[in-house]
Amino acid sequence: MTDTPLLQTVGLRKSYGRNLILGGVDFAIAPGQVKAVLGPSGSGKSTMLRLMSLLEHADAGSILLHGREIGVETGRGGNRVPMPERRLARQRADIGMVFQRFNLFAHLDVLHNVTLGLTAVSGLGKSEAAERARAMLERVGMSGHVRHYPSELSGGQQQRVAIARALVLEPSVLLFDEPTSALDPELVNEVLAVMEDLAAQGMTMVVVTHETRFARRVAHEVALFDSGVIVEQAPPEQFFTQPEHERTRAFLSHIH
Amino acid sequence: MTFNTHIFWAALTAAQFLHGAWLSLALAAVSMVVATLLGFGVALMRIGRSRVLRVLAGAYVWFFRAIPTLLVLLIIWNAGPQLFPSLRENWFTPFIAGFLGFAVVEAAYMAEILRSALLSVDEGQHLAARAIGLPPHRVLLKVVLPQAVKVALPPTGNEFIAMLKYTSLASVISLRELLTSAQNEVSVTFRYAEYYSAALVYYLVIVSALMGLQTLIERRYRWVSTGSAVREALTSKEAMPL
Repeated sequence: MTDTPLLQTVGLRKSYGRNLILGGVDFAIAPGQVKAVLGPSGSGKSTMLRLMSLLEHADAGSILLHGREIGVETGRGGNRVPMPERRLARQRADIGMVFQRFNLFAHLDVLHNVTLGLTAVSGLGKSEAAERARAMLERVGMSGHVRHYPSELSGGQQQRVAIARALVLEPSVLLFDEPTSALDPELVNEVLAVMEDLAAQGMTMVVVTHETRFARRVAHEVALFDSGVIVEQAPPEQFFTQPEHERTRAFLSHIH
Repeated sequence: MTFNTHIFWAALTAAQFLHGAWLSLALAAVSMVVATLLGFGVALMRIGRSRVLRVLAGAYVWFFRAIPTLLVLLIIWNAGPQLFPSLRENWFTPFIAGFLGFAVVEAAYMAEILRSALLSVDEGQHLAARAIGLPPHRVLLKVVLPQAVKVALPPTGNEFIAMLKYTSLASVISLRELLTSAQNEVSVTFRYAEYYSAALVYYLVIVSALMGLQTLIERRYRWVSTGSAVREALTSKEAMPL
């Protein structure tokens, strides 16, 4: 990767109480790249996404978007302090997040799930927001469901709406937190197809996943997390066929 | 003595009964509206970050749930004017005093209902709202509150109905609400059955209307589209788009 990273973390650390979750993570993704993040549960990969999407503060380390540090500001003493929630909100809109359990707004229909960010954050008028939302829902194959509520949709449909909701704000990068782990097996592919489509169109994506076939086919690079650090990072061919580390070989032997 | 339907009918249509019923309903309604707003503020303080506000709000709930509503009314109506000269003026009616008492007491109960309703909204909803860039007040107003309202509606309906009946406590501060009107008639005529029955009918009618209203409001919070299977299972009248 010769480009300046679009999104980068440097020495990211996070603990919950005495549990060390992230022990200094250096992560970078170039524009237009797809990076798959694998690893056992509890290895810290979801936590890294939450920190990168500014939903939680890191204990130490920094996050850079377009080469500029985000989520912190200079305090009165000249030191870097976490930004207040109000200003964080503005930076978050540039980082799309897709959750494992979709988290569609239960009280809003599909169209309004997608327009809320446009009207309440970007300040767009209702008709323009609806127009953009419809275009985005078309892209994820959900334009036939604009008036349905989340409870009336399958998991796969909900996740596609959730992708549209994140995408409509035109973020620089999309983060996926195990987007297919909560889905019935037969619904996984419709979501992966949408993601593959986005990747083909040059969307920068970080995908925490257990779908190794997807990682192999779509990702430019695969990273393995274990015990709060990145153990190995390599292009998929190398990662899956000739991993350098014993830990990676052990992980792969469990999932194949 | 037998049940005299003429007296019963006369009581039912009497002006003072109608007025008493109107006073009960109006007092319960304005008290409930203010109690809900006040309770919402207290609930937000109780789940907020500030320790001082949490303690203050907790003390409020503790205090007004601990003391009898009757005592609150007596303090406001009798002790109030002794302590504050401005309360000796004409504007300080039994209705105003009752409204103040019921609102501050009910706010403590509403605070608990709203607190649990706000906490019942899934953490994922907060996360998703923050992730699309909503600032904190919009996360609350656009995403969390609408979902909390759905949870809070049935217990709030309970509270309102209970409040309507509690308005009879205001008889101690000489408010002539529904039950006091009945009691006054009885004390003159000794026609217990007729006047109490008339009061009973009034309560039944008012509470039935309130329950109907609650059903209508709850229907708005069902969150299903008009064409869905859930809708189709309902009767044609209920399936009308809302």
